This record gives sequence, C-alpha cells and structure tokens, in this order.
Amino acid sequence: MVSEADHKANDETETKNIPVIEIRNLNKSFGDNHVLRNFNADLYKGENLVVVGKSGSGKSVLIKCIIGLMKPDSGTIHMYGKNIPDLDETELDTIREKTGFLFQSNALYDSMTVRENLEFSLRRHQLKAETEKVNELVMEALTNVGLAETVDMMPAELSGGMKKRIALARTLILKPHIILYDEPTTGLDPITGKEISSLMLEVQKKYKTSSIIISHDMNCIKITSNRVVLLIDGRCYAEGTYEKLKKSNDVKVNLFFE
Amino acid sequence: MNYSIFPDQWKTFLNEAGAISRFTGRFFKIGFKPPYEFRELLKQCFYIGYKSLGLVGITAFIMGLVITIQSRPTLVEFGAEAWLPKMVSVSLVREIAPVITALICAGKIGSSIGAELGSMKVTEQIDAMEVSGTNPFKYLVVTRVMAATLMVPVLAVFADAVSLYGGFLGANIRGVVSWDLYWNQVFQTLVYSDILPSVFKTYFFGFAIGIIGCYKGYNSQKGTEGVGQSANSAVVISSLLVFIIDLIAVQVIDLLNFT
Ligand SMILES: Nc1ncnc2c1ncn2[C@@H]1O[C@H](COP(=O)(O)OP(=O)(O)O)[C@@H](O)[C@H]1O
Ligand SMILES: [Mg+2]
Repeated sequence: MVSEADHKANDETETKNIPVIEIRNLNKSFGDNHVLRNFNADLYKGENLVVVGKSGSGKSVLIKCIIGLMKPDSGTIHMYGKNIPDLDETELDTIREKTGFLFQSNALYDSMTVRENLEFSLRRHQLKAETEKVNELVMEALTNVGLAETVDMMPAELSGGMKKRIALARTLILKPHIILYDEPTTGLDPITGKEISSLMLEVQKKYKTSSIIISHDMNCIKITSNRVVLLIDGRCYAEGTYEKLKKSNDVKVNLFFE
Repeated sequence: MNYSIFPDQWKTFLNEAGAISRFTGRFFKIGFKPPYEFRELLKQCFYIGYKSLGLVGITAFIMGLVITIQSRPTLVEFGAEAWLPKMVSVSLVREIAPVITALICAGKIGSSIGAELGSMKVTEQIDAMEVSGTNPFKYLVVTRVMAATLMVPVLAVFADAVSLYGGFLGANIRGVVSWDLYWNQVFQTLVYSDILPSVFKTYFFGFAIGIIGCYKGYNSQKGTEGVGQSANSAVVISSLLVFIIDLIAVQVIDLLNFT
C-alpha cells in the first residue's frame, strides 16, 4: 500500500533520482555460456526502465536474479536496502511481497479459477485477512484490468490478452512498489499489445510503482519507457531515453531501433 | 569403443540416483515442518485415492478371477481342489493385489503427477508460486508424496478384498464353493503375518511412486516434449522401483521370520 509519506517522497524525488534497485557487476553463466558479464544498471524511483536485448541475451536471467529465482555467480543487487543474493528464503519472501513479477508465459495456475489465482498470493501474505476483504481485493484488482466478469472462469477459457491482464491483476493485488515485467507484449497482436502497454502506464501512474520492463516491442517501449537500457553480450551497451537511442549513430543500437 | 570400467551410462545412472536421493532428503527435511498444506493434501488424497478406486477395483477383480481359474487344473491334478481358496488367497493377498495396485498407481498416479508438475515447471507456474511466497516444494511435492504414501496402502487393502471376491466367483465357475465355506477357508488360511507385511510394503510403493513422479515433473526440461518425457520416465522408473522394493521386502520379511 502506498502511504502518505511515500507519495511525498515520490513527488520530491522525481528529479532527484533515488535508486530503488542497484545492480553492480552482475555475472551469471551456465557452463561455458556467459550470459551476464559485469552488468550494471539502476532503477530509479517512479520510473519505467525498459531492458532491450536479443532473444537469448539473458534478459529473463537478469530479472530472475533480481527476484531471487536464480543466484548470480557474482555481483550485487541492492533492493529495499538488502543485497538479494545474500538473502535466505524468509527474507526473500518479505522482498517479494513488495515486488510484482509478470512472467513471460503468464504462469497462471491452470488448475485454479481466476479468483483462486488471485487469492493464492493473498492468503500467503495476509493469512488473517477475512473473506470479505479478500473478495474486495480480488474484485478491485480485476476491475483495474477491466476483467471483473472473468472471476469464475478457468485460465484455459481466456484469450492471450486476457490471460496477460489476469496475470497483471494477480501481480497488482499485493500493491507492489516495484514491478518486473518479462516481455509483457510478446505473442500478442499489436492492438492488444498496445492495450497492455497503456495498462502498464496506468498502473505506474495510479500506484506510483517503479518497473523494469523487458521488451523488444518498439510500440511497448515507446509507450511505457522513461529510460531504456540495451543489453548486448551480457553488458549494458547503451542507455538513455527512447528518443535519444533512436537518434543514436551506433550500428548495434540502430539494429534495435530502426 | 570405450571399454572404460566406468562407462557414461553408469555415470548418468549414478547422477540420477544421487539427484533422486537429494530430492528425497529435501522431502524429509522440509516435509514435516509447519506450515502444513492440509487442504492441498486432502485434495491430493481425493485425486490419488478416490479417483483410482475404479481402475484398481476392476484390475484386482479380474486378477482374482483368473488366478483362481488358472490354479484349479494343477490342484485338481493332485486331488487338492478343496485347497483352492487357501492357495489363491495367500498368493493374492501376499503378492498379487499389492503389486498390481502399485503398478496401476505407478501408471496412473506417477504419470499424472509427472505431467502435471512438468507442465507447471515449463510454464513457470512453479516459479510463480515461489515468487508469491509459497514454497512450491512444500505445496506441490510434499502433499503429493504424502498423499501417495497414504493412499496406495488403502487402495491395496481394497484390492485385497475385491480380488478375493473375484476368487470366489472364479472358484464357482467350475466347481461349487458356498459363500460361507469360501470365506471361512480364506480367513482360516490368512494370518496377520500374511496381511501386515504386505500392507506395510505398499507404503514404500506409494512413497516411491510419489517421489519419482514429483522428481521427474519438478525437474522437467524446457518445452512440451520435456513434459511427455517426464511423465513417461516417471512411470518406467517407479514401476521398476515397485519390483525392486518388492524383492527387498520379501527378503526382509523372510529374515524377520514373519512367515
Ligand atoms: N536454467 C538454465 N540453465 C541453463 N541455461 C539457461 C538457463 N536459463 C537460461 N539459460 C540460458 O541463458 C541464456 C539467456 O536466456 P534468457 O535470459 O531466457 O534469454 P532472454 O533474453 O530471451 O530472456 C540462453 O542462452 C539460455 O540458454
Ligand atoms: Mg526471456
């Protein structure tokens, strides 16, 4: 939940650039496959940072390291004042409670209804919450993504765009401060992709979240990004606003932005 | 040709065995620590136990029937036809019903757990659980392994009863054995040392089926093909384990002089 104090801090720091995630010298390899090599990046409070890179360049590995699903070989990831790779399961849980993660494949539990999907994260974190409150939160999250009527449907009955929205609702239900999106528009038609992008922008405005968005969809980048980081060969190759990178003369950068 | 005394197949086999042991170790390490997932456990018991009743019942019934029919000629040769219920009930209760139940469960439960967890793994649902603050090992693996361990013995006892009933019908196809006489003979023959060890070993069958199904699913490789492979090898390995455990159980029971 965003408190009064948070709102103030947010307004004050829009220009001050207070980092909420600091990634330093991150290395991760699988056997001989060096996926991340001394990767550095910062996510500032209230911004949408888009990470662009080829398929297989390690973008998913990067955000899985941030949420603690993978352990980097070396390097630090500071978030809420803690170094993620050092944390144990219990400490990770408290971090994850404040951090949303939207999976590339949505990862909706297909044996559960939409309602049960949304309740699943809730009943963990707020075990004491009474049924009425839970129901209220579920409906609020679904209304936010415009799909209140699907509450009793199974994931298999939903279209790709609807699944993405439900996955987003499942993330939003805990009112996260930071959201990590893994290719939110990949696999969707351009129109649905734009709808999802606008929704992400709405979320940023409404809940004052800071987000890392992984994408190579130019429409999505244009709509959602405040800043873009280019991941090439496991390093942060270039960094700047969408407009700045689009005008860049670098050949490798141009490949993505033409 | 590689004639090394330590060929690659052995390496793969030992690696796999080591990984399964570690997986089992993890089960014992976190399986009995709170919080417990009672609701999921009950749900799994329902799926594993109740939903297998029909299949186990039909198979056990047919086994009881055919074993009785097949045994009759040999006994007739010795003029020992009256021993039919005695002989059949011992082989059914000691060996056939538990092992057939376990094999049916290895096929039905092992494959469904393997496929279910496998598809949850490749579609990142297991990661999603972890991110949402639930220990997926506890929620998915511990509940399924416990449910299989608890339910397979129940199914085996059910199979004992049904197969003995099949035996009664089988005995009546050619000869005439009254209901009372049949059950009298059966219960005169069967003693606790026939029933208890054979039920006891089904706990191990159930545990092996649960662990292997979960291990294979939980470690599924990327892609839909990986899910199929997980389900398939879950069935193969757990069926094989059922026989190995059975072999060991027979030796142990023999040593303990239960007979
Ligand atoms: N669990 C894993 N084991 C081995 N290799 C992996 C694993 N996860 C990712 N990789 C490898 O890391 C590289 C980057 O993968 P990924 O981050 O998924 O790419 P993308 O940028 O498309 O999201 C790929 O070469 C992939 O093969
Ligand atoms: Mg990816």
